[in-house]
Amino acid sequence: MTALDFSTTLGNAWFPAPTFTASGCASSGRELSQFFDLSDIGGVVTKSVMMKARTGRPTPRMAETPSGMLNSIGLQGPGIDAFIAKDIPFLIEQRSRIIVSIAGETVEEYSTLARKLRSVSGISAIEVNISCPNVENRGLVFACDPEASKRVIDGVRRTIGGELPIIAKLSPDVTDLPSIARGVVDAGADALALINTVLGMVINVDTMRPHLGGKTGGLSGPAIRPIAVRAIYQVHAAMPQVPILGMGGVTSGKDALEMIAAGASGISIGTASFGNPTAIMSIQNELKELLVTKGFTSMRQAIGFAHRPEEV
Amino acid sequence: MALINKNASQILATVVSNKRVGQYHQLIINIGDLATVCKPGNFVAINVGGENSRMILRRAFAISRVSSSSTFGGTMELIVAPHGQGSKWLCAQNEGSVIDVIVPLGTAFGIPTEPVQVLLVGGGYGSAPLFGLAEVLNARGCRVDMLLGASTASKIYAPMEGKRSVNSLRIFTEDGSMGQSGRVTDPIRDLINDMNIAVIYSCGPMAMLSAIDAITRGTDVVHQCAVEESMACGIGICMTCVLPVSDTEGNITMQRSCIDGPVMDGAHVQWDKVGKTL
Repeated sequence: MTALDFSTTLGNAWFPAPTFTASGCASSGRELSQFFDLSDIGGVVTKSVMMKARTGRPTPRMAETPSGMLNSIGLQGPGIDAFIAKDIPFLIEQRSRIIVSIAGETVEEYSTLARKLRSVSGISAIEVNISCPNVENRGLVFACDPEASKRVIDGVRRTIGGELPIIAKLSPDVTDLPSIARGVVDAGADALALINTVLGMVINVDTMRPHLGGKTGGLSGPAIRPIAVRAIYQVHAAMPQVPILGMGGVTSGKDALEMIAAGASGISIGTASFGNPTAIMSIQNELKELLVTKGFTSMRQAIGFAHRPEEV
Repeated sequence: MALINKNASQILATVVSNKRVGQYHQLIINIGDLATVCKPGNFVAINVGGENSRMILRRAFAISRVSSSSTFGGTMELIVAPHGQGSKWLCAQNEGSVIDVIVPLGTAFGIPTEPVQVLLVGGGYGSAPLFGLAEVLNARGCRVDMLLGASTASKIYAPMEGKRSVNSLRIFTEDGSMGQSGRVTDPIRDLINDMNIAVIYSCGPMAMLSAIDAITRGTDVVHQCAVEESMACGIGICMTCVLPVSDTEGNITMQRSCIDGPVMDGAHVQWDKVGKTL
């Protein structure tokens, strides 16, 4: 059996495996490091960090739904300075590859966050989260507005463009995702993260009110996987040269392969880790086996394989 | 940050027995050597529903007691109320069923270094972990008094053998169907005044924990409570199970009940801010 090349690239960043944590589903890696070695996966995508420490939304913050869950955390976090001081050194010590996810309230804040990260060594890429659904002001979901999306990415590019790959994380809650994707790529995004959670709601029929403290929440888990596969397929079809970090309900190696075939260069595992802390490790192993079984000698051969022309 | 779950492992465990006790189920589960690292206050996260279940999240259950010397090897005991889909599935697992568990998780009860006088207060099936705690406190030489309460007799969990480790046990039901009529928190103020209680350990509904905090506030009594918030992961990564807690400088932050708890200092929890925007 020939050895499988499992590595991938996102922009100019190289990773030994195409499997990552998903931002907001691994905190900063510390908790999961008790269940597996963080250097054994492609990398840790940290929870989106903001300028200041943030307490997030009120509880209840979670509702399980059929094959999924709603969350309304609201970007609780330590703020960029504490994050750089405490979390990055830990990840470096673990020899983990690091993708830092950032979230701002204004276009300028994203640039400031990028500037603060510019001088930090040990980071492989920056994920620009412009699509968190759990913010008080829905106007802050930049990714639902093509012009705002471009301005954010343009500001980050001016700060760190060419130094670190910029991955723009987009929302599926739009009518024309490929056009938003094209806009942020034109503005300087090197890669795309698809998809963020889907906006949803659960009403508690005992209280007859929305169950979540934040009323609405982001739906994740296997329930949204077909939406993610569609989003990745559409965007890859429109821009096959742009690497995509795919995510949304991946629970098995087969799910990961589905996204890779749709056009993803890497896979993030989020909600699956809540139910199974070693999910990334088993998905990684299953994916390797599947690729070999199907005769691929490198993971990269399988990227976008579902788009190949009809055999005649 | 201390490595709180450093002893935790994900294992396939066999159900040794499953018995109905009043409105609850008592499950004994073989967890081998992990029984020796479980402390009172720790919990277990269990995969429910089987392989193709639409329930994707684990369910967290307090460990009521462990035994490392049973005929089955190390075991843990859980007292489960079949409320929701997940707990009903668990209560339907028969002897011999194999389940996926992660154990032990979370911050345990702190045990006093001196043989002080302590009061244990349990509400409903929240009393379960207090019996394992009582054994440990008893072995430490503490005087252990226990109060248990529930709305009605069938919701009181008080096993015969559990009474061996306590110096006294009083039961309260709101409908008077067992023990004294009233709430479990009714006698606490008098007990604090009459006895030299150093620590109150509590486990039960949030309203009960909050009521105990109101009584202990301004006294020297330490209140260690096991809190309950709905969790998605149980291991500290999802940030859903948070509670407002003040630190030593008085800053209020959202702490995770799974890893920063479930046992918290009742005086630090900001009970009036639970469920509010900070």
